[in-house]
Amino acid sequence: MKYLDEYRQEPLAKKLVEEIKRVVTKPWVLMEVCGGQTHSIVKYGIDRLLPEGVELVHGPGCPVCVTSLEMIDKAHAIARRPEVIFCSFGDMLRVPGSDADLLVLKSRGADIRIVYSPLDCLKIARENPAKKVVFFAIGFETTAPANALAVWEAHKQGVKNFSVLVSHVLVPPSIASILQSPLNRVQGFLGPGHVCAVMGYREYEPLAARFRVPIVITGFEPLDLLEGTLMTLRQLEAGRAEVENQYPRIVKREGNRVAMDTVNKVFEVCDRKWRGVGSIPKSGYKLRWDFRDHDAERLFEVKNIDTQEPADCISGLVLRGVKKPHDCPAFGKKCKPEHPLGATMVSAEGACAAYYAYGRHLEPKRPAAAAA
Amino acid sequence: MCLAIPGKVIEIANDAEGLRMARTNFGGVVKQICLTYMPEVQVGDYVLVHVGVAIGKVDEAEAERTYKALEELGQLEELEPPDIEALARERGNSP
Repeated sequence: MKYLDEYRQEPLAKKLVEEIKRVVTKPWVLMEVCGGQTHSIVKYGIDRLLPEGVELVHGPGCPVCVTSLEMIDKAHAIARRPEVIFCSFGDMLRVPGSDADLLVLKSRGADIRIVYSPLDCLKIARENPAKKVVFFAIGFETTAPANALAVWEAHKQGVKNFSVLVSHVLVPPSIASILQSPLNRVQGFLGPGHVCAVMGYREYEPLAARFRVPIVITGFEPLDLLEGTLMTLRQLEAGRAEVENQYPRIVKREGNRVAMDTVNKVFEVCDRKWRGVGSIPKSGYKLRWDFRDHDAERLFEVKNIDTQEPADCISGLVLRGVKKPHDCPAFGKKCKPEHPLGATMVSAEGACAAYYAYGRHLEPKRPAAAAA
Repeated sequence: MCLAIPGKVIEIANDAEGLRMARTNFGGVVKQICLTYMPEVQVGDYVLVHVGVAIGKVDEAEAERTYKALEELGQLEELEPPDIEALARERGNSP
């Protein structure tokens, strides 16, 4: 119980842990989807408070981690061009492409800038009419409204020197892909709270019914995660498979409809390649044809770049919950945050980086995952 | 990067292009954010902001709790982007 002492509401956490222990009668494997949840689980040792046999595996919910190597190489090809100002969120800078990362390109003279918001790029574009400003539009459903708004406004305002390299990924198809895999071990999901603040959770209901799997939309704070885990386990033990909302103070079933309206006007669903995983049908957004003049992939003719991923990184298996960071021979040795081998070590929200940050690479190796 | 940060709206005004924007206080750091997706928000409200755009509304207690949790998790970098020139110099000099 040593981890419980660190909680701000220790008595409540203790109650939840006791209730989880009371409810559980057999082993279960649950997956948290959001990288922020993974970070919180590892920091507070929530996985270690659970009864023997209840395992938390970590999902694909870090957009920085799952952006395909091919897309990173496309970004680099564009960022190298002298007429381009390439803008990105800060956490994409260290993600390794085939031969460099954005920081290396910057040190070699490329004009690469970090922005707080995609809307900042419109200002940069207006201030630099002789340049072409490109934004690396990654992210899940949480980020899609901001990226869609930047494109919508550029189109409306006639900002012609602004384009986006779209690499959006979507949560529900990734859950379906995990559940369809013959390697799947996951029996219940803690759904991503802030993603659902935007998209709501109606789309998760057919998934729960089709795969007979409980999905509990959950926040990222320790008490949220403990309660979401309890709700999921209660469903599993009772043989139920429903969508429940642990996070109603933030998430409504309908989500933010104003935001989703703009997202749907600007983007359409497409197949998307995920780093370490491969292509998942209908798992991404691309720009609609009306916005083709803001499509960097088309404007800079990088559609033909096709990169194969290296074989010596198991991040694809980690992202699907098949293996854990400890199962990788390179974890904490050849692969560290300073020199990441694969994407799950690059972003602070990646499962490998979270395990490393909280010292789990220093601990004795745990038994390999059963299905690995 | 899928976590959203709560902040208190301290001033609302349209920008030069007509977008409804708000000066918003995140634990002492004041940023300009966009309110297009939260038309009902007024000065004094707390909003949940992701990459410069408000996506939801929260109450004061929830905002405080969420902010503290994000701070403890070291997930507030988005508010103060790092110095890219320094990072690139450091990266360029590394073996």
